[in-house]
Amino acid sequence: MTSLISDEQILLFSGSMMEVCGSSKVTLREFGCEQSLLSRPDGSASFIQGETSVLAAAYGPAEVKVSKEIYDRATLEVLIQPKVGLPSVRERSREQYVRETCEASLLLSLHPRSSLTLILQVLHDDGSLLSCFLNAACMALMDAGLPMSCLFCGVTCAIDTDGQIITDPTAAQEKESRALMTFAIDSKERRVMMSSTKGSFSVPELQQCIAVSQKASEKIFQFYRDSVRRRYSKNL
Amino acid sequence: NTTVICGIKAELANPTVEAPGKGYIVPNVDLPPLCSSRFRPGPPGEQAQAASQFIADVIESSEVIQAEDLCIERGKLCWVLYCDLMCLDYDGNVLDACVIALLAALKNTQLPEVTVNTETCTPVVNLEKRHGLNIHKHPVGASFCVFDDSILLVDPTAEEESLLTSQLTVVTDEAARLCAVHKPGGTSLSGEKLQECISRATVRQKEIQKLIDKVIHSVKTSQ
Repeated sequence: MTSLISDEQILLFSGSMMEVCGSSKVTLREFGCEQSLLSRPDGSASFIQGETSVLAAAYGPAEVKVSKEIYDRATLEVLIQPKVGLPSVRERSREQYVRETCEASLLLSLHPRSSLTLILQVLHDDGSLLSCFLNAACMALMDAGLPMSCLFCGVTCAIDTDGQIITDPTAAQEKESRALMTFAIDSKERRVMMSSTKGSFSVPELQQCIAVSQKASEKIFQFYRDSVRRRYSKNL
Repeated sequence: NTTVICGIKAELANPTVEAPGKGYIVPNVDLPPLCSSRFRPGPPGEQAQAASQFIADVIESSEVIQAEDLCIERGKLCWVLYCDLMCLDYDGNVLDACVIALLAALKNTQLPEVTVNTETCTPVVNLEKRHGLNIHKHPVGASFCVFDDSILLVDPTAEEESLLTSQLTVVTDEAARLCAVHKPGGTSLSGEKLQECISRATVRQKEIQKLIDKVIHSVKTSQ
């Protein structure tokens, strides 16, 4: 049996300060990724953002249950496993967010009447969990080699009580914040694929957060590119 | 044709240790097989659970009711409001209907006065004396669906929902502050389109609030 970490690839990106929109700064916590770390799934990845860490595994295309079969495209199932206990309503709603984002970027019509399963296991939650799910999901789908029309990444923004925008907040910063938003940004046109918000905020604040997330997404996409390039240059 | 009925049940309970000065609100959205052939009997499906979570998030972020108002005695007694939303006829856009039904039901809720007997430490309920809930905000949702990245449709029906490529729900309150911008994936949307949706949502909020006020008023006068 091959070692589990034979083609392991760890890349760390240290968040440096970058100027956007005049005064607000985009800072992401240190993030890293490891692909193909599990041997059984068709694709796997773990994504780490600061202390938050998620493990993702993708299976498919495989046979589908007759009740879930869709005649013109593949059925995508997303399962989120919390660190302790059974998945609750909160996980269900996050599953919906991740699934619909993946459905939009995957070319599901290339695999009709088959099933794709994506499992996301929380390893540690220290804020920005939904964006970490999205990043891990995208990396796992890439690792599985599934055809996609574009890549996507997740960015979480928090607005604190002074109206400052914090990107990639920790759990403590999330708790203190007035509003919390998570966006999924596509790699093609940097547009908003998914949005999930908490707390109340004004329209200009929303627009500003989207702009900041789009800036931050460029860093993440660059990281995706670097990590894949490094991985394949090593293997070939 | 979408019909949602909302019932509010109030119960007395002990507040949680983490938030001794707060009561709580538990929303539950039910999409029974009765309302559409797409739902099967059994435990709630993903759509119903996601809708429940969405309603809970709207209540929390819009602060429609301050959780502190539901507290009767700090650390000892508080109200729990169970908001059961039952869909009777599913014809698309169930989230908007749920938010409106919830708001109308909350405005109509009368809680009896409760005092705590200091000697026996038991709650005494005075059913004669009732008062309405203190509604701080009036959140109203507006749903849009997107076809082929370009065509926007307001208030989609079930048929339109089955064909769309992306869905968006914007919840605003009377001060035009956004409480939720819920877009569970789908094709991406440009900034201008989003702005258009938000301005339409604010117009709709005013219309719906007027409608609810009118209905509540007519209910009061007929009593």
